[in-house]
Amino acid sequence: MNVNKSLLPLVNPLSKDNPVIVQVLGICSALAVTAKLEPALVMTISVTAVLALANVIISLLRNTIPTSIRIIVQLVVVAALVVIVDQVLKAWNYEVSKALSVFIGLIITNCIIMGRLEAFAMTNRPWASFLDGIGNGLGYGIILVIIAFFRELLGSGTLFGCQVIPQWLYDHGYQNNGMMILPPMALITAACIIWVHRARNKDLQE
Amino acid sequence: MNRQSNLYTIIYSTVLVIVVGVVLSVVYQALRPQQLENIANDTKRQILASARIVPQDGQTIADLYSEHIKDSYIVNAEGQKVDSKVNPFDVKVSLEVKKPAEERLLPVFECNTPDGMKYIVPVYGAGLWGPIWGYLAFDANGDTIYGAYFAHQGETPGLGAEIEKPAFSGQFEGKNIFAPGGDFTSVAVVKTGKEPADRAWVHAISGGTITSQGVQAMLLNSLEPYAAFFRELLAATPETNMTASIRADEGESNVEQ
Repeated sequence: MNVNKSLLPLVNPLSKDNPVIVQVLGICSALAVTAKLEPALVMTISVTAVLALANVIISLLRNTIPTSIRIIVQLVVVAALVVIVDQVLKAWNYEVSKALSVFIGLIITNCIIMGRLEAFAMTNRPWASFLDGIGNGLGYGIILVIIAFFRELLGSGTLFGCQVIPQWLYDHGYQNNGMMILPPMALITAACIIWVHRARNKDLQE
Repeated sequence: MNRQSNLYTIIYSTVLVIVVGVVLSVVYQALRPQQLENIANDTKRQILASARIVPQDGQTIADLYSEHIKDSYIVNAEGQKVDSKVNPFDVKVSLEVKKPAEERLLPVFECNTPDGMKYIVPVYGAGLWGPIWGYLAFDANGDTIYGAYFAHQGETPGLGAEIEKPAFSGQFEGKNIFAPGGDFTSVAVVKTGKEPADRAWVHAISGGTITSQGVQAMLLNSLEPYAAFFRELLAATPETNMTASIRADEGESNVEQ
């Protein structure tokens, strides 16, 4: 793929350097929020916003941060951003903030955010860091949405809460797979995605 | 200045924490009024939802609430109205349910609906991961559930979280919390095949066992102190005998299922 070099931080994480299936970051939340499509999507948007902003802030501060407390500084910035996002949502979009409730805390501990701050923003300029944040947020989101799609479809027979498996299938003995709703199936689905992805990208095979 | 020195590190972290602290408190103070209003509106929406009142396009929750909720007061475990300075709307149900029944402040909201006057009471309990709560609307006889609304903080999506769906809460409509003999029995939440014959029940959520048991415990604990209040309403209802006989019929059909 031929892309402008300056856009590489944005494009790479979508597939070749995907945070979940290649860097293996953020697996924990990929299990937690993928039983349904809607929370997966909301989580994607929130993580992308927090990651992009945190990347920019850390990148701006990168030359001033004392090495010995850099992880603490990153954590403070991320936690502050997450609290602000939470407060703003509560004031302006209460419905979404209620849907997010427990996931807010998960964003702070999301390994992708710490991983990208440490690996990218500490050594790159703000604009590149911003693109890297957006790219990794979306790369994470793609996987989340794919997993959530299969889990909700097979586990509940719905997509975004709407029934998609027709009633006559149930009448003929079809049953929702309750196993899909449980966390282990998120790992197995992620593994299937990694399998397909590696099969298509030979250079990633070890 | 040497960026690796202890002094720099201490000054840096102090400044960072102060800046972040100031920013967060400014954000909190600036957004607080709007947040409180949202929370109040959300509570009103939940109260109305239990009486099957849902805002249509263009209706605000605040208007709808003042239109339908005609009176609200606090009762005690003897069923008498308490002259409390606390607004029934502001009673923290989460704290009340932990007190002994006789010390609790029990809010009651009287709601005008197209089907007549309903009594709405809050319930609060624990699910698998966190608190669950809701509101139940009762017919004027203080016995039959008119509608139910349940919510949760973080139950598992697709499993315990299903308690907020109408498929679950709708089951409560028409159930009685008093047994034909007049004993307070609440409503059981049971698995298929385990339906009790002597009390009203609804089906639990498969895969959401702990949350379903939480709902059952929540109803029992939250409604029991209201028993005296509801019993008075039941006694004051002329067709008590009739509802009792209907209830007996329902009990039989429940068993057949």
